[in-house]
Amino acid sequence: MQALEVTDLTVAYQEKPVLWDIDLDVPEGILMAIVGPNGAGKTTLIKSILGLITPAAGNVLIYGKSYAAQRHLVGYVPQRGSVDWDFPTSVLDVVLMGRYGALGWFKRPSAADRQLAYDALEKVGMVDYASRQISQLSGGQQQRTFLARALVQDAKLYFMDEPFQGVDATTERAIIEILQNLREQGKTVIAVHHDLQTVQEYFDWVTLLNVRRIASGPVAEAFTPEKLRQAYGGRIAFLKEEKAAGD
Amino acid sequence: MSASTEILLIAIVTAVACAIPGVFLVLRQMAMMSDAISHTVLLGIVLGFFAFQSLDSPWLIPAAAIMGVITVFLVEMFVNTRLVKEDAAIGIVFPALFSIAVILISRYASGVHLDSDAVLLGQLEFAFFDRSQLFGLDIAHALKVMGIILILNVILLLLFYKELKISTFDAGLAAALGFSPVLIHYGLMMMVSITAVGAFDAVGSILVVALMIAPAATGWLFTDRLDRMLIYAVVAAVLSAVGGFAMAIWFDTNMGGSMATMCGVVFIIALLTAPDRGLIAVALRRMRQRWEFSQTMLAIHLLNHEGTDAEEDECRVDHLWEHLRWQPDFAEQVIRYAEGHGVVRRQRGILNLTDEGRAIAEKAMVR
Amino acid sequence: MDLFLELFTDYTLRTVALGTAVLGIVSGALGTYAVLRRQSLLGDAMSHAALPGVVLAFIITGSREPLVLLIGAGIAGIIGTLFMLLITRYTRIREDSALGIILSVFFGFGLILLQVVERLGLPNRAGLNVFLFGQAATLLFRDVVLMAIISLLVISIVILFWKEFKLLSFDSDFGASIGFNMVWLDILLISLLVVAIVIGLQAVGVVLMSAMIVAPAAAARQWTDSLSIMMILSAIFGAISGISGAIISSTGAGLSTGPVVVLVISTIVLFSVLFATKRGVVWSWYSRLRRQRMLILESVLNNMLKLAEQHDDPTHPHALVVLEAMNHGQGGVKNTLSELIKRGWVVQIDPTHFSLTAAGIEEAETFLLQNN
Repeated sequence: MQALEVTDLTVAYQEKPVLWDIDLDVPEGILMAIVGPNGAGKTTLIKSILGLITPAAGNVLIYGKSYAAQRHLVGYVPQRGSVDWDFPTSVLDVVLMGRYGALGWFKRPSAADRQLAYDALEKVGMVDYASRQISQLSGGQQQRTFLARALVQDAKLYFMDEPFQGVDATTERAIIEILQNLREQGKTVIAVHHDLQTVQEYFDWVTLLNVRRIASGPVAEAFTPEKLRQAYGGRIAFLKEEKAAGD
Repeated sequence: MSASTEILLIAIVTAVACAIPGVFLVLRQMAMMSDAISHTVLLGIVLGFFAFQSLDSPWLIPAAAIMGVITVFLVEMFVNTRLVKEDAAIGIVFPALFSIAVILISRYASGVHLDSDAVLLGQLEFAFFDRSQLFGLDIAHALKVMGIILILNVILLLLFYKELKISTFDAGLAAALGFSPVLIHYGLMMMVSITAVGAFDAVGSILVVALMIAPAATGWLFTDRLDRMLIYAVVAAVLSAVGGFAMAIWFDTNMGGSMATMCGVVFIIALLTAPDRGLIAVALRRMRQRWEFSQTMLAIHLLNHEGTDAEEDECRVDHLWEHLRWQPDFAEQVIRYAEGHGVVRRQRGILNLTDEGRAIAEKAMVR
Repeated sequence: MDLFLELFTDYTLRTVALGTAVLGIVSGALGTYAVLRRQSLLGDAMSHAALPGVVLAFIITGSREPLVLLIGAGIAGIIGTLFMLLITRYTRIREDSALGIILSVFFGFGLILLQVVERLGLPNRAGLNVFLFGQAATLLFRDVVLMAIISLLVISIVILFWKEFKLLSFDSDFGASIGFNMVWLDILLISLLVVAIVIGLQAVGVVLMSAMIVAPAAAARQWTDSLSIMMILSAIFGAISGISGAIISSTGAGLSTGPVVVLVISTIVLFSVLFATKRGVVWSWYSRLRRQRMLILESVLNNMLKLAEQHDDPTHPHALVVLEAMNHGQGGVKNTLSELIKRGWVVQIDPTHFSLTAAGIEEAETFLLQNN
């Protein structure tokens, strides 16, 4: 069964199309990058799959059922910049939010939930920072915190919006290792990515997006200079095309 | 001049004088600064009163206006500590200064005409009795003050139009061109403060906010261009002043409150009826666009599945609504709309794009 | 001291103090979210927008029952909020302008209505003016009971939805993705804020009520990094300023309660921003100074260690001139050395020569280890 099936998804802001008729089939157990120029609708695609934006048309299936029915199978890492990191809360508290979905309305996290949160922090190498206030974290540590929160969701399909944005090289390595780990457990990760240089190294599938779907499939098939030119127009640097072609 | 003509004139002059700096406050997203300044200048007025022992001193206005600039400065100081966000900083600084003023008045200046109603509402209806001389003419003091402030605002606007415009729309460019954004910012704040002090006396602190923001926002609903926006804002200000005056006479109510209400009425009328950006125009356009948009959506859907294996299924007339998640009725209507515009053809239960439809779809997808 | 005694003996004063304490607690608690969600000025607009609601409720019902007036105020506040959402959502007018318009137009309209009431000579009209600047002394015991019941309800809802409101305020997109209805929660929280504002109107007045929402929370934020402690502190600050405002204004002199309360809470904010531990301006200034001082100490220590390495003897004495040359531009090497001696890291051999002690060597080495 496909982890994710998107059919004919169209999203418009005030009748201005942001995504036109997107079709996507994502098999289980892969790491997929969503790539495209600024304003291509990458974040919008993720948000409309997650039901945060109501699409004008189209359908989204997660393991064969609607998102509302399969919510518990999905984990989400929003863009790091989308929250106020000066919010008075601790790293552990943020990670615990990953358990809120399983808890449902009104129930408070238990000791078991706390243990799960510590385990997730251990995996991202942040266990020493559990009681740290979140404003004292570096960019990389913030991203690791968000990743830990997604890990405690214990999902099968993960959506991550720019998980490498503004992180140091060590964190980038650590994160990609965690993502590859997830893949080995048969989980699926879909990440918005904007560093074309590392797509081939990190991911095994790729979707090229620019308002419509330019290409989607295994990196070897979909990540071609011709498709990239289609997605980026004239805006892509020559060097990057060469690299993509050379591999 | 009769009393009522003169009061009307004061109302118009005040409204126009407020609308000019108001335009820049609205464009720079600093509208709430007018709320803060219009309150804190009261402290300036009170302190000025203590210093000059009179509310008629010509120095009172600039002295009180400095308190407006101090307000802005204090808010920025708070924000710069990074301990308090800007909205909270405004919400802390101005009530504090305003409270000091109110307490000082009730303790030490209760004889003066600075009671709480006057503070909030002003006393335009009594402005006629406070006379003043200008070039040998006997006119209302408020008219003289607001006239001078209006002229000052117009002169400053004409002198610094280019600087204000560039720094409002592109602060980076303004800095690169050598205009100090800080200087322009504080200059504008001084202009707002002086206008607020002058208008405060006539119309009270809350109405100053209405006069600065509502006409400017009204103007912005009509145009993208700064020069036109200024003109529309002035027109809205005059309409609000005249309307407020009429309403006050008609219902025999307070002039300040009536003008504030009319500012709101003028704004709401513009909000509903402004061409292109008014709510009615937006709703109509959306209704029209909905059909066009749906037609384009249909065309793109057909184009994407043209000649693919799934074509049979994806482009069937009776299955289409499922794929696009439309209501069946709505899908049928869109298809008819598209047929009527020569975008699609039905053939044996399958929809095909015409050449024109293909062109529409391709054009929509090219950015 | 007499005042303090009166608080327990004087019935009126006790009632008033109780009332302002309740309003301080509830506005402090709800204000926490308003400040964290950057809706401070929304509170300002809503409290001004409440005025026509209060007066209209009176005109329509002819009753001065607090519950009636509060319902009127609440409805007007919510209409104002909806109006703002309409403007910002469907036009280019941004939030700040929309707030300014609603605040001033609603309030201006309210003032006209107030005048109409005066003119109509409606019975019981006296005292509507207290809604401008507030007069806590007009609170009756049953008003306070009503306020307490509503506040209890509001705070119970906040506790019940604790986790959900936290999610809404910190990361509403994530919250929606895991299945919580964020739109509904947003409406609920804003409605609670309106209720909190409305509760305070009679005692603090519409003009200054917004400060009761913003200031306690802004002060509380400086002392803690935990949401729950922040809310409790904010409620305490709110209560303190409410009570002291009520007491001070009750001493006569014709002071309205609103301005006095605002001055008390503003003082608390100023004190918190300056002197709060860890975050406060003075604290950060002092700890920055200490860090700089420490760096200079370590740098001299480090230089002595480096020099000593050339002599195979870590405690080899060094000439002052050499050390001064190595720390050129940092000044105060002599002072630094005397500080190091005080700490037992360095000993003075003769007037111009200094050497490391065993403790000094250890300190320099651990510092090097930590910073590499």
